[in-house]
Amino acid sequence: MSARAGDGRPRKQVILAAHFPGVNNTTVWADPAAGSQIDFSSFEHLARMAERGCFDFFFLAEGLRLREQGGHIYDLDVVGRPDTMTVLSAVAAVTTHLGLAGTLNATFHEPYELARQLATLDHLSGGRAAWNVVTSSDAFTGANFRRGGYLDHADRYARAEEVIRAAVRMWDSDGGEFEHPGAHVDIRGRFAVPRSPQRHPVILQAGDSDPGRELAAATADAIFSRHSRPEAARAFYADVKGRLPRYGRRPEELKIIPATTFALGDTPEEAAERARHIRRQQVSPQTAILLLEQVWNRDLSAYDPDGPLPEVEPDVTSPSIIQGRARMYADPIATAADWRGRAEARNLSIRELVIEVTGRQTFIGTPTQVADAVDDFVQSDAADGVILIPHLTPTGIDDFVDEVVPLLQERGAVRTRYETRTLREHLGLPPTNPASRDRAGSAHA
Amino acid sequence: MTGPPFVLAVALDGGGHHPAAEVADPFDAGYWARLAAMAERGGIDLVTVEDTFGPPRRRDPVTARPDAALVAARVAPLTRHVGLVPVITTTHTEPFHVASITATLDHISRGRAGWQPRVSVRPEEADLVGARPAPSGDEAFAEAADVVEVVRRLWDSWEDDAIVKDVATGRYVDRDKLHYVDFEGGSFSVKGPSIVPRPPQGQPVVAVLAHVPEADDLAAGGADLVFVTPAPGGEAARVAEIRAAEAREDRRGEPLRVVADLVVFLDGTASAAAARRDRLDERLGREWRTDAAVFTGTDRELAEWILAGREAGLDGWRLRPGEMAPDLTRIADGVAHALRAAGVRPPLAADGAAPGSLRARLGLPRPASRYAGSGR
Repeated sequence: MSARAGDGRPRKQVILAAHFPGVNNTTVWADPAAGSQIDFSSFEHLARMAERGCFDFFFLAEGLRLREQGGHIYDLDVVGRPDTMTVLSAVAAVTTHLGLAGTLNATFHEPYELARQLATLDHLSGGRAAWNVVTSSDAFTGANFRRGGYLDHADRYARAEEVIRAAVRMWDSDGGEFEHPGAHVDIRGRFAVPRSPQRHPVILQAGDSDPGRELAAATADAIFSRHSRPEAARAFYADVKGRLPRYGRRPEELKIIPATTFALGDTPEEAAERARHIRRQQVSPQTAILLLEQVWNRDLSAYDPDGPLPEVEPDVTSPSIIQGRARMYADPIATAADWRGRAEARNLSIRELVIEVTGRQTFIGTPTQVADAVDDFVQSDAADGVILIPHLTPTGIDDFVDEVVPLLQERGAVRTRYETRTLREHLGLPPTNPASRDRAGSAHA
Repeated sequence: MTGPPFVLAVALDGGGHHPAAEVADPFDAGYWARLAAMAERGGIDLVTVEDTFGPPRRRDPVTARPDAALVAARVAPLTRHVGLVPVITTTHTEPFHVASITATLDHISRGRAGWQPRVSVRPEEADLVGARPAPSGDEAFAEAADVVEVVRRLWDSWEDDAIVKDVATGRYVDRDKLHYVDFEGGSFSVKGPSIVPRPPQGQPVVAVLAHVPEADDLAAGGADLVFVTPAPGGEAARVAEIRAAEAREDRRGEPLRVVADLVVFLDGTASAAAARRDRLDERLGREWRTDAAVFTGTDRELAEWILAGREAGLDGWRLRPGEMAPDLTRIADGVAHALRAAGVRPPLAADGAAPGSLRARLGLPRPASRYAGSGR
């Protein structure tokens, strides 16, 4: 076990998190080994497995409206999720140390309610609660809520910041009176929950835009980043950590944890073959067409997934055909041209092209190769850890826990048993969230 | 003739319903796990978990409570048979979230979830949200009826066989079996469908505590079960009021299960029980009264009293332990046992027996989705 990385700096601990498989095509449901997306046994299995691997936390996303494409409910991917906090509270009953992170949308939950739920979960789990703050807000999702849609992009962050600050103020009230007279959040009263074990449940954010990064620098304990390629990840890491001094924070006070995927094999060739197999499962012929439609923004159902890409150009004037998830491609015409070029150069069909361009696994290799890659990823300041998104429910991290974690433990990058009690302690975070410290700097002051 | 099963429920709150009861830490998960295990040991049909939107009311026995739905979820994996019925309020909450929470509780408890809706009319509760002033009681109950309706629609918005996993066509769901609920109420609208697949019970059990005529109507219009608080001897008259509310609301299908609330102080002898209650009153500094009738005596006396009152037409009792640990222990081990011995209550489930749903315990059939077969 070495306490130092190769360059003599102290070796960073690799933060490990397990993401319950989501409702997009990375979750393979057609595999015979795929289990239920809603039965509690699936949540229990993944969480117990993560705890066996001494992971820092379990992560659950949130659904607020079923996605649609072309005016129809999207039916090719897993559909349906549980309520986030309710499942995490149940998972607390079948685990003892694992952190429990859940996404709660800052637009469609009232600050008082989410603060009370998080404080309750923190009590009922002995200090393991975390909140992933997302700010998406659109009229499509708003149709399910009293508040309705929607907020301008800038207002989303202003509201999110007020929601976070209001929550922290309630947590700091220790069961007493509080007041948050803000433009977006104007509330007051008694917050009848005594101080919870962490006092401030850990706050994660996923925003990637400039205001999103600034909000994270001001108020987040960790960032659920989308940058898993080493170069982009290092750039993101440097950018966000560079924003911290403005808020009087040190680099280690904000953890960067990208979403990552993996495929293991006994030999490099076997791992590569396994990765290819999973990618083919993730992109069925029908999914290939639907994903292409998200760039072209038009009905492509007449095209053969095993044939060439469409000659027709993307429709950039009509409203987006997908609703309920973020638009993925900023410049569809350029994306289409790039994809056509790649398909022609290598004679790829629609499906082969989509498999190629929509994300191969982050880590592919033997357990030793993957352990090396994960550790290098962290020690080279591309990240502070990884959130693993398995492709299978609920057994998708079993092989990682059994084969990769012991190797990371051998090199001292992952704990061999929990020596801390709360999630804040597992992650090596300061005892309080930065939003509670009265700093001159505020992202939107 | 066999009527609905005779219900035995327990109301969980703080350290007991007497305000001077020693409060164990209500934010300690182990405390709730022990209470739920005790209830399950006695074959209790369901436990309710008390809550309000804002801080507890002045008359409540506690000054702080954890979120009741999360408490119910926390004990769900630790129990197998007991129904779990948290209070979730309707005035300042999002109906869509209420539907998701209750459906999820039903999934994680494998069909043992219920929901006790409650309105929030205090100004200090409105201030916690800052969206609108506190509604009047009439407004709040009318809105609660809308919330119950939309939650029930959302529970039905996925047909039972909506998930098809058809590899040949690549479809995970049959979207013709997912339905928009398109609810337009006075104060909110909800598009749907639910984010959560149909709960195991189809429709989790809705239970309303009724003190006022508006609550009788809410129960008769949308609930499966109503908790009432008659004075001793007034049980039959209260049942008649509920049946009248059912007629007013033109209720169809299963009649409401009418369950009366009773605060209990139980001990080995009647005088010991009375002495315990007196000690609590002394600690409080006055004689404590509440909305429900109070019983002080032995387990056997309570069982006999319950049996003697069966003519009143009640479908069962929800017992509120005056002091949680000692009184719940006697309910589970003494009262429940005596009622089983009298043949009024079913035998305890054998070890390893497959748990039934809460609906089944209450003699309620599992309803088909209202949208089944409707296409889109």
